[in-house]
Amino acid sequence: MNKRNKSKQMIFNGIVLLFLIFLALMIIVPLGWMIISGFKTNNDLFTNSFGMPREWMVSNYKLAWQVGVGKYFFNSIFVTVVSTALTLLVSAMAAFALTNGRMYFKGRELVFIFILAGLMLAPQVSIIPLFKILNKIHLYNTYWAMIVPYVVFRIPFAVFLMRAYFLGLPASLDEAAYIDGCTSWGVFTRIVLPLSKPIMASSALLTAMYDWNEFMMAMVFTSSDSVRTIPIGMMNLTGTLRTEWGTLIAGLAMSAMPIVIVFIIFQKQFVRGIAAGGVKG
Amino acid sequence: MKKKNIVPILYLLPAIVFMLIFMYIPIVQNFYNSLFDWSIYKPQRSFVGFKYFIELTKDKVFWTCLWNNTLYALISLVGQVGVGLVIASVLESKTFRGISGFFRTVYFAPSVISFMVVGLLWQLFFNPIVGPFNKIVGSLGFDTSKLNVLGNPGTALFGVIFASQWMYFGYMAMLLIIGIQKVPEELYEAASIDGANAFDRFLHITIPGIKEMILVDCIITVIGSFKLFDEVFIMTNGGPGYSSEVISTYLYRTAFRADQMGYASTLAVILFCITFVLSLIQMRLSRTGEE
Repeated sequence: MNKRNKSKQMIFNGIVLLFLIFLALMIIVPLGWMIISGFKTNNDLFTNSFGMPREWMVSNYKLAWQVGVGKYFFNSIFVTVVSTALTLLVSAMAAFALTNGRMYFKGRELVFIFILAGLMLAPQVSIIPLFKILNKIHLYNTYWAMIVPYVVFRIPFAVFLMRAYFLGLPASLDEAAYIDGCTSWGVFTRIVLPLSKPIMASSALLTAMYDWNEFMMAMVFTSSDSVRTIPIGMMNLTGTLRTEWGTLIAGLAMSAMPIVIVFIIFQKQFVRGIAAGGVKG
Repeated sequence: MKKKNIVPILYLLPAIVFMLIFMYIPIVQNFYNSLFDWSIYKPQRSFVGFKYFIELTKDKVFWTCLWNNTLYALISLVGQVGVGLVIASVLESKTFRGISGFFRTVYFAPSVISFMVVGLLWQLFFNPIVGPFNKIVGSLGFDTSKLNVLGNPGTALFGVIFASQWMYFGYMAMLLIIGIQKVPEELYEAASIDGANAFDRFLHITIPGIKEMILVDCIITVIGSFKLFDEVFIMTNGGPGYSSEVISTYLYRTAFRADQMGYASTLAVILFCITFVLSLIQMRLSRTGEE
């Protein structure tokens, strides 16, 4: 009886394992197909979908970089770095004022709700008025047309993450520093921030991922290639490279790579942020 | 004493000002804008009241959008939360815990990539000329001469939905794994001693243990389904015809292609109402989860 149960268990586990492997292949094969197809000639792509390239066209990657991916890459890096830095600074300051014992003021709960309610608002809903405002203040079609909305729409999530973490820091440290004559800025920069490196890293990664991948606002708030980021740039390249499949696929592979590499290196920080936030995106 | 009250405001000011100008004021403006007939290039605005809201109820495309969003939500509940839950409990089970790291990383990886890449990748994959999809179906003995997943009104939306499930099921699994890790290990051990099999443990320990979390994840998925933009815009642009149009893409098309800003603002108001109500429910549930 026991033996039969055991062999039944083995078979069951085997089936589950096959299922897990099947799902993993469902992800690895298309991604691998993308990287390898990026090295193929058109002819090779049509006749030899799954095989290795007959001739490794490294030139596809070079060409994709030259016709625009390089420029979009730079734009994306600039927009992502500036937006992420600003989001972190503004959010950390707000979270600090919302948690520090010495900073209590009437209406603090109200301010917290004001910020947190932003989590419920999708950019789609305000995209038309935002488009008008950005036009009016002459930010339309500049890097700032992306940076400003990115920061605004990421503040609620970052404050939410940081506040929860700051609340867990020992209050006695701040108190001691205040007694020693430290200003609130000193407490913030010399005590709270250094103690909060883990959550700052998680917030930075999740914010950067959002900024790097954001599509809709980048499309609506810009019009010229000189400022456009990778998602929009690649979308345009599909028009220009309509028949150059290999080059197009090479461009796709290149634009996915940075974020995948960052994710693999910093997986722990990613997961911590997701665990603390429990929110998509 | 007075100084004490000003200092916190200084720390909060950047966040408040930014959010007020670029988030809250636009939302209010959007409500107001939906009451007017206007466009970007026409200086004259004329007040139409709730005319657009009434028009909306008679707009066939709008109902198509609403249905498409709903369909997307229903399939995602199964494909993301359902599949995610099964995977999470398998990967957290004693048998597979040792190798779960590899699978977790692989399953999660697509969700960090821009949808632009994922969408174009699947677009190519389904492409009848270059993509391998038709070749695979063909090799199974089916006639593929008319098969064009994204080019056919009957299947286009399903192609898009498939790509999103592919992208997000691992993300959901990760969220749920985090939840399962909080369920006390002793419960599983006790159940095993009592002779419960894997399925029993899943049904009677895992699911009740993370009930709130499953609910929250369901709502997150539904909210995401109504915000849906990138996926549809990139893969089908709402087509062929309006067959795969969703609210956000219809909003974009109405505003920035047709320049009917009043009508587009009305669509935005509807979208706001749907996502806002769902988000309120989510926040409520998240809070009960903490207790």
